[in-house]
Amino acid sequence: MPRFESVDHLNQYRRQLKAKFDPNQLQVLVCAGPGCLPLGSNALAEAFRAALAERGLNGKVVLKSSGCQGLCAKGVRVLIRPQEISYQKVAPEDVPEIVETTLIKGGIVDRLLYQDPVSGEKCVHKSEIPFYQRQQPIVLRKLDVIDPESLDDYLLLGGYRSLRKAFFEMTPLQVIEALERSGLRGRGGAGFPTGRKWRICREAPEKVKFLICNGDEGDPGAFMDRAVMEGDPHAIIEGMIVGAYAIGASQGYIYVRHEYPLAVKRLKLAIEQAREAGFLGKNILRSGVNFDIKISQGSGAFVCGEETALIASIEGFIGEPSPRPPYPAQAGLFGLPTVINNVETWANVPEIINMGPDWYAAIGTENSKGTKVFSLVGAVNHTGMVEVPMGTTLRQIIFDLGGGIPGGKEFKAVQTGGPSGGCIPQHFLDLPVDYDSLQEVGSIMGSGGMIVMDQTSCMVDVARYFINFLFEESCGKCTPCREGLRQLVHIYNEIINGRGEESHLALMEDLCTAMRSASICGLGQSAVNPVLSTLKYFREEYEAHIFRKKCPALVCRPLIKYTIDPDICTGCLACVRECPVGAISGIRKEAQEIDQELCIKCGLCYEVCQFEAVRRE
Amino acid sequence: MDVARLEAILSRYEGESYDLIPILQDIQDEYNFLPKDELKEVAKRLSVPLSRIYSIATFYKMFSLMPKGEHQIKVCLGTTCHLKGGQRLLDSISSRLGIEVGYTSKDGKFSLETVGCLGSCAQAPVMMVDDKYYARVTVDKVPKILKQYQQYQ
Repeated sequence: MPRFESVDHLNQYRRQLKAKFDPNQLQVLVCAGPGCLPLGSNALAEAFRAALAERGLNGKVVLKSSGCQGLCAKGVRVLIRPQEISYQKVAPEDVPEIVETTLIKGGIVDRLLYQDPVSGEKCVHKSEIPFYQRQQPIVLRKLDVIDPESLDDYLLLGGYRSLRKAFFEMTPLQVIEALERSGLRGRGGAGFPTGRKWRICREAPEKVKFLICNGDEGDPGAFMDRAVMEGDPHAIIEGMIVGAYAIGASQGYIYVRHEYPLAVKRLKLAIEQAREAGFLGKNILRSGVNFDIKISQGSGAFVCGEETALIASIEGFIGEPSPRPPYPAQAGLFGLPTVINNVETWANVPEIINMGPDWYAAIGTENSKGTKVFSLVGAVNHTGMVEVPMGTTLRQIIFDLGGGIPGGKEFKAVQTGGPSGGCIPQHFLDLPVDYDSLQEVGSIMGSGGMIVMDQTSCMVDVARYFINFLFEESCGKCTPCREGLRQLVHIYNEIINGRGEESHLALMEDLCTAMRSASICGLGQSAVNPVLSTLKYFREEYEAHIFRKKCPALVCRPLIKYTIDPDICTGCLACVRECPVGAISGIRKEAQEIDQELCIKCGLCYEVCQFEAVRRE
Repeated sequence: MDVARLEAILSRYEGESYDLIPILQDIQDEYNFLPKDELKEVAKRLSVPLSRIYSIATFYKMFSLMPKGEHQIKVCLGTTCHLKGGQRLLDSISSRLGIEVGYTSKDGKFSLETVGCLGSCAQAPVMMVDDKYYARVTVDKVPKILKQYQQYQ
């Protein structure tokens, strides 16, 4: 890779890459995204490597590990280009057949194709699969076609093109105006207009300014930022360079969770590549812009996703938030003006500059422009990552893209916005998803986690789960959050242990009001959303727990009872071996019995029984 | 205290107080915990009080003041894993190893931890042993996974 001294030099190199690129080149892209990786992407890529070598195809077929290909439910996914054949649930055993049938003979391996669950029709190409048809990828556009470790791949698809336009055709203020006109709002959750944030920072009198990319994606159930950091790291860096030019910063930071080791590795590599190529450093492309990026790793604290806590963490302190104002754009890192945006926001910037703000503003709704990436998980057929225009309805996302609820079960709720979000019931399924509409129904956009729940989920348990999570993660600095969460945990424990009282419901609402108005940061202020939304939309479930001492979804342990059906039990002793408290006894090959006094209701027997002899009521 | 071992870490940094957390991360990675003598030395070198190091070491989850096991098991209790039986998975591992969350098994082989979300929600429930992910881990898969690590030595 040369060091690019000017835009002409870069363009010339890009032309050479294009001239060398053969559009008919056979490529095998093995998905190594967050969903496929644990299913064995690396072993599959190795199997391809070996098979290609064995068949003497090394020079003829290019093998790559790509970023997330979207439809995680059917991993490991493999995309064959240029035909765009999309195979799913591919295992190393399938590799010889793919090599023989598709790569050598040009045919299709029928059994590895996507099959429509309703019509039974099979889709050969990616573009025919309904999951992809309704999406409009901007941020995810390159994820399934590039090797995230190759700068050439990124440049070939127009990477770092926005620098020419920003540096040489626009003034910093014009870049900020473009961002304002595009209507881009912060994708981290709160939705503050990005252009306005940049302007506040630019107009601050201090000379030294900073940029931060918030990659501390801590919301349970969300993995969009992880997928982008792992799958297209240069897009984030490019966005940050444009931002540095606009606000006049010379140092940037990317703050990544240490739980994402691959994202750290890929970002480090991409920063090195960008430095070598002259996109980072002094006098970038002879524009006079000096900018470099450091990586700062999180150490396992959810609260550090909050911007002021994150800044404290980079400064070398514990992650305690500070009251705002002053906002980081006025006084942030080391007390200096700092723009902090999340991964997805930065990754949107290059395309907004390339295509123009009006193009971007034409997508989405009146107050929420562009697209949003969601991780669609839980009780839904097509779990995976989707990018849709703002304003797409929940029904379209969950049923058209997501393929509905598996196992013929019924939709109960969708949880958006992580622990700060709420649970949205069925009668809002036609709600267009944008910042404002989600807030109106008591939830938030958040970073983009979307967790679908069916009738087997207990909404009291879900709310309790989030409150427990937040209680563990509350930094303890302010009393309303620390003590409010402690009391909520206590009340939830009373309710699920069968000691709930009617007065608890009003008490919870009171606590929530106090926490919302008096907590220092977003963690405490929005912690009330899971409680209030479930109290509002699923009150009958609370009442069942409190008045009838029953958990209708059979989730809350103390309120359920496990027994063994003597007519079905074969006495295989699988449950006896699994029971952690030795509560199951009986003679081998005869029906077993659970001692209700000893039973801790963990449900392990229920899960290991092959014969469905364990009853739960 | 092995001075050279600590020096190798300190030499990567400029010695400013904002280097504190990255230095502690490196010590945690290298030693598998934060040994007391090394922390005292770090405090001296960066001119920060030991109490600040203690507050950081006990605030962030990745740090441990006690030695961790040879293999670190992280069971994901993210929302999707919670809904799909992450707690049952945790209970099963905990009872098989005879340790509670946050502890290390007597033979020093395993430490058991939970994590807020590993980001592989599509394959819930998920767990990690060291750097390896395990997808859709039902309780019956647990013995086989643990055995792999018990056999190697």
